[in-house]
Amino acid sequence: MMIPTQVFLQPSIDWFVISPFTILLGAGVVSLLIETFAKRSMRRPLQLLLVFTSLVASLAMTAMLFGTQTLTAGEAVAIDGPGIALQAIIALVAIIGAAGLAENKVDPSGDAFAARASAIPGSSDERAFTQAGWYSTEIWTLFLFAVGGMQLFVVANDLLTMFIALEVMSLPLYLMAGMARRRRLLSQEAALKYFVLGAYSSAFFLFGAALVYGATGGINFDDIAFAIPTRPQMSTLLVTGVVLILVGMLFKVGSAPFHQWTPDVYQGAPTTLTAFMAAGVKVAAFGAMMRLVYSAFGSLIWDWRPILWAVTLITMFVGVFVALVQSDIKRMLAYSSIAHAGFIMVGLISGTNAGIISILFYLTAYAFTTLGIFLLVSLIRDASGEASGIESWRGLASKSPITALSITFLMLALAGFPLTSGFIAKFSIFASAIQAEQTPLVLLAILASAIAVVFYLRIVVLMYFRRSESDEVAVAIPSNFTIIALVVSILMTLILGVYPQPLFDLLAQSPLFIR
Amino acid sequence: MINNLPYLSIMILLPLLGSLLVFAIPSALGAARIKSIAFAIFGIVFALFVTAAMQFQINATDQFQLVESYEWITAFGVSWSVGVDGLGLVMLGLVTILVPVVLLAAWRDVADDAVGKFYGLNLLLQSVVIAVFVATDLFMFYVFFELMLVPMYFLIGRYGVGDRRKAAVKFLIFSLVGGLILLAGVISLWVQSLRITEIGSFNLEFLSTLGLNIETQRWLFVAFFIAFAIKAPLVPVHSWLPDAAQSSTPAVAVLLIGILDKVGTYAMLRFLLPLFPEASAELAPVALTLATLSIFYGALMAIGSKDMKRLMAYVSISHFGFIVLGIFAFTTQGISGAMFYMFSHGLSTAALFLAVGYLMQRTGSSEISDHAGAFQITPLLAGLILFGGLSSVALPGLASFIAEFTVLLGTFARYPILAGFATLGIVVAAVYALWLYQRTMTGHPSDAVSGIKDVSGREVIALSPVIALTLVLGFVPQLAFDLLNPTSEKVMQQVSQVDPAALIDGEN
Repeated sequence: MMIPTQVFLQPSIDWFVISPFTILLGAGVVSLLIETFAKRSMRRPLQLLLVFTSLVASLAMTAMLFGTQTLTAGEAVAIDGPGIALQAIIALVAIIGAAGLAENKVDPSGDAFAARASAIPGSSDERAFTQAGWYSTEIWTLFLFAVGGMQLFVVANDLLTMFIALEVMSLPLYLMAGMARRRRLLSQEAALKYFVLGAYSSAFFLFGAALVYGATGGINFDDIAFAIPTRPQMSTLLVTGVVLILVGMLFKVGSAPFHQWTPDVYQGAPTTLTAFMAAGVKVAAFGAMMRLVYSAFGSLIWDWRPILWAVTLITMFVGVFVALVQSDIKRMLAYSSIAHAGFIMVGLISGTNAGIISILFYLTAYAFTTLGIFLLVSLIRDASGEASGIESWRGLASKSPITALSITFLMLALAGFPLTSGFIAKFSIFASAIQAEQTPLVLLAILASAIAVVFYLRIVVLMYFRRSESDEVAVAIPSNFTIIALVVSILMTLILGVYPQPLFDLLAQSPLFIR
Repeated sequence: MINNLPYLSIMILLPLLGSLLVFAIPSALGAARIKSIAFAIFGIVFALFVTAAMQFQINATDQFQLVESYEWITAFGVSWSVGVDGLGLVMLGLVTILVPVVLLAAWRDVADDAVGKFYGLNLLLQSVVIAVFVATDLFMFYVFFELMLVPMYFLIGRYGVGDRRKAAVKFLIFSLVGGLILLAGVISLWVQSLRITEIGSFNLEFLSTLGLNIETQRWLFVAFFIAFAIKAPLVPVHSWLPDAAQSSTPAVAVLLIGILDKVGTYAMLRFLLPLFPEASAELAPVALTLATLSIFYGALMAIGSKDMKRLMAYVSISHFGFIVLGIFAFTTQGISGAMFYMFSHGLSTAALFLAVGYLMQRTGSSEISDHAGAFQITPLLAGLILFGGLSSVALPGLASFIAEFTVLLGTFARYPILAGFATLGIVVAAVYALWLYQRTMTGHPSDAVSGIKDVSGREVIALSPVIALTLVLGFVPQLAFDLLNPTSEKVMQQVSQVDPAALIDGEN
């Protein structure tokens, strides 16, 4: 008698459709080899070459894949319209972010990262490394893995793949956040906080995943979605699991009450990294969260909607009210990013195709504006490094009119003024939510937007209407890397505000998640 | 060929390009050249306006003429649609005339190194306001409605006097709150159009045929009305205006009160009434009450003001009351009168503010009590101020008289008691205008006044178009009414109202 054996079928992998992130992860490995074998003086140019080539290749692949809808790698990865769009946005954000990270003219002693992260702050080692003009080129390895993780995160189609992607994305960022060249203790403290709280949230996610597996018997989104209506007796277990997973995700998108790490990390991390992180992680985490709640838990909308409703409200208002009283520009922008997380969640709650498109648009718009504003913050410096105290921005308009004008434009975009991408983004989110009968939430969101205008404009008032009290603060002249990154961010903010139709056309062609 | 020129779009884009030019390279151009570029653009825009006006046919069947429409954001059914009717044309005239007049009067207001930004902001303002007055797409209107705040905010906050920062922020917050409430209304209306017709559109004519139920109309009316009442402004959401006017230079104050605030009353006629006709009729008593309150509150506060700019701001609040009164009286005459009032108020604001501005510039004070007896020293200036004051109190023979009279006549036909009550406002108006003149111009010259020079040729030339128009329209108001009457008839049709039988007819 034959004993039936469990045969392990090797899943077939369509390497072509998963190439956007495999290119990056592969490049990460190559980058590690460069760190090991290349001469110190060659590392930076080689790494930069590798980073930009692989990112452009990844972006090109997303363009080639446009319109593809397929499951691969044993249904662990879902390549679909929103997934490809998110991957493309992440690649673009990473290219601009990398340009920002590559900046080495603004700080007289090198780029934004410590000459050698292992040197104890204030030690003679540190001084020696700095004087030798060393760079921490391993940031590029970390960077590539983080971007690869983000791209996998948004197409992961089961809970385990999603978790692994989450970690691949997060771990390098925890490290990089602690590697600032200046104010290193603050940076290391931020990294530690980020890591500890991030680890907690991962634990929530895992625990939730275990409960959902227990309730549905599957980790694949299709299995979960299929099992949910068939097992009503498991609903308590299931909903608890969903809530725990959502807690893990809400941590990553930085919504209240899981936002506590945001201001510390945004402030402590090197500003150019903050720029990339604020944009990239937001895109990736919202992308993944959208897939999760629409694809796996779509039929539970009546359970998660009230929960997200409450979280959205808290997020928006914590964001705008706390931002009002900040005295550090990076902390203020951190709270503003929390508020924006709330606005994006308004779209998530609508639970419609229009909602998906509006979120994708919002993420694109927000990513470019955020990159731009943080890169500008990194240029405003005094003798000790960045001058991120809001008061030190007094009279900036008379010191550098073009910087002040750029900041004003981006602030108006964040505030949602017409003819900036921020307005169209908010408009489409609110429109999708009103279509989904969420008018009260939209009214509250509009109220929050009104409050938000106050702190964005405070910066404008300081720059234009106040006199500078000292000549210490000045705008550094950056290298072409930053200039190109800034021009692209600002242009995108303008173009998406004036003529957004092409992007909507692209997004509308395949707005459906597959599973 | 000339008939097919996209006049209105050019009028929007030309000042915009001009503003970008002077913003981008102010130092390369130099102050003198910036001024000549700006005035050349104002001249071309005015010429375009005149050409456009000549092609305008008074008795055309279509509501809008010189229409252009291009797809913009098809995802939301947004188009770049422009067109004018009689009202739009008159408002265009106001903008294209007043902006250069004001800047000519403010020739020396800003230092040479700030000229680039100042003219850049003014060009931008003109472009945006023109767009507001010609937009026939609600989304486009909203975009430019909000955008108006940006140049105005900087004009007050950067070039103003006294507590300018606070005033600028107050102006901005009030307007933004109004704007965001309007945004909620605009989006909801769009969603309604999507639900009812499955076409999401912002086209004005399309939206006005939706046939919304009264419940929805009421909510949307309130949202739109709040936004427009803040802009106009009406009591009790007026308090930003006196502060903003006090902290602005006279030139900026004219742009603010004479032009920008008209957007509020203009939008009531263009959007509020046609889009929500039943709710407008139902809620008209609220609007009428606020209008009457504004008339008296503004007038009384004006009498009590110590600062001349504040005084004039309160006078304007009182006048906006008259305009809104005319609109919501729902008679052809009342609405025509209100529209005429909008134009004539722009003129009288310019005349009074700029003339008083000349005086304040010379004495360096805007307190009424610092001035006395200026008539003996600067008779010509005193004459200008007297003209401005009388224009403001609606002396017969001036355009403002026709405006006020028509509004009251129109209101009387439907609400005789209210009209009688509002007429008392005219009496109070005489008090503040004459007091202002008496306290500053007559008597023994004060220290501040002695030694100042009379107005220069440039200053008189700047005001002359305003004075001329005030007189011409005062004697031949039919020029404007021919344009405006079809519009007001159309509005009456849209809100399905008919004029109450005239009293004289009743006796027959």
